[in-house]
Amino acid sequence: MLEIKLYEIAHSRAGDKGNRSNLSLIPYDPAHYDLIGEQVTEARVLALFEHRGATSCKRYDLPLLHAFNFIVDDALEGGVNGSLNLDGHGKTASSRLLSLTVTVP
Amino acid sequence: MFLVGNGAGFSGDRVDAPIPVVRSLIRRGLPAALFFETLGERTVALAQLERRRDPELGYEPMLERLLEPILADCFHHGIPILGNFGAANPPAAARCIAALARRLGLPELRIATVTGDDVAGSIDLATLAIHEADSNLRADDAKLVAANAYIGAEPLVEALRGGAHVVVAGRTSDPALAIAPLIAHYGWAFDDWEKLAVGAAAGHLLECGSQVCGGVFWDPGRKDIPDPANIGFPIAEVGPDGSLTITKPEDTGGLVDLRTVKEQLLYELHDPAAYITPDVVLDITGCTLEQTGQDRVALLGLAGKPAPEMLKVTACFEGSWLGEGEVSVAGPNALARARATADVLLRRMEMRGLRVRSRVDLIGVASVHDSDDGALWRAYVGPEPEEIRIRLAVEGEHRDDCDQAAREVLALLCCGPAGTGGARWRVTPRILTRSYLVPRAMVPTTVTIRTAREMN
Repeated sequence: MLEIKLYEIAHSRAGDKGNRSNLSLIPYDPAHYDLIGEQVTEARVLALFEHRGATSCKRYDLPLLHAFNFIVDDALEGGVNGSLNLDGHGKTASSRLLSLTVTVP
Repeated sequence: MFLVGNGAGFSGDRVDAPIPVVRSLIRRGLPAALFFETLGERTVALAQLERRRDPELGYEPMLERLLEPILADCFHHGIPILGNFGAANPPAAARCIAALARRLGLPELRIATVTGDDVAGSIDLATLAIHEADSNLRADDAKLVAANAYIGAEPLVEALRGGAHVVVAGRTSDPALAIAPLIAHYGWAFDDWEKLAVGAAAGHLLECGSQVCGGVFWDPGRKDIPDPANIGFPIAEVGPDGSLTITKPEDTGGLVDLRTVKEQLLYELHDPAAYITPDVVLDITGCTLEQTGQDRVALLGLAGKPAPEMLKVTACFEGSWLGEGEVSVAGPNALARARATADVLLRRMEMRGLRVRSRVDLIGVASVHDSDDGALWRAYVGPEPEEIRIRLAVEGEHRDDCDQAAREVLALLCCGPAGTGGARWRVTPRILTRSYLVPRAMVPTTVTIRTAREMN
């Protein structure tokens, strides 16, 4: 077994709606879909944004597209209207998600 | 087959992007339309502030620059142009386009102005239930800047059926800009949910311009794209049966593949079973993709549900002030100097009693992923960056406090640690938003069509 960053096997794009972040997570190889589904849980993704005050995370699974959609509430310290962060939209959050590690065979 | 091209994905997009799209639409010789999406959630409020300053402003500032190279070609080839580039002042945008058309020798260009989305004077917001709101928006004393309903395709279809060459709208739903020309061309019914779902998907995939063709996708060595300085903007091919293929002009950079389409399909989507637009609720849970050729991806299995009863209204209010200041340090011991400077700045806010909420970033160590209290840069252990930019950001009710806070960064040019340089500072007003759901009957729209000659 090998521990690698999600970045090695998946890509992502982040969007926002108010103080809510939306992050897609898409394996390059559909064969990695199940592995990501097992390991990249809502709790682990929430933990990535807890230092910024995120309160909950919901994952939508899209098995036909081989993709996941994560919704993280209160992840943007107020969002584009209220945040003091340079990236009020949280567009760079996709790169943080891809820093998560997963174990692959 | 009908082609829908996109010429802009936001206010601030590449202004030369529409040129190859229009060239491609003409070369293919199929019936087509071109749309511009230039109106973000807050853009309309910023535009409204411009309009207050000058009654002939308040529309997309790049409008003339975007349209000038393509307007004559679109007119001569029967490619209607739709845009929400009217922003807070569609009539003024229409006058700008009319003047451009006359200058280009196109006095017979018919311009439709769609109004009614601006509900600031017609709906008493206080009587409505709040749908979503910024948490730091005070309920009672906030000063309203703008209130606009997200209108659907119907008035845009009316404009196209009335023979408009250019349709100028303010706040519309983004997908409506793609749905409308499809309805106008194919005669789809306004309750043909399966077809409208295809239109909504086309609009959703195209509304951010290059993002479905390699924009915010490319990653050197990992996700390479050809010629990122010249990414092609997207074109949707929609068949009468509701088939949908995403492609791009052949003489441009970027690419369209399963990866780019998946990223954009999920972009700013919440529940994949219910992407709500004023015209249809799109369900992509049954969607599959197929690469049918180079830079060609087909979407299958899109489903639609009935349009919502209510329309969303977003109201923008005057917010607080944002003050920002930055300086750089570099070379040996840069990290220690940057950390100490951060603490000095926060101490200065206290010493001067400035009524602001503050944050410091150490750009190069941690910033965009960090929290307001700097959890990541404070905990950082690792190699010392060669350069660090120190950024102070503050927010407060009083402009002068925010200005004084930002100027504390400027003062570091003399009072900061060794080798401090490159100061920049500024103060900008902020906008807060709140959204409501309103019955459609409360948002009547009007379509006015006149030629450029008549508007002289």
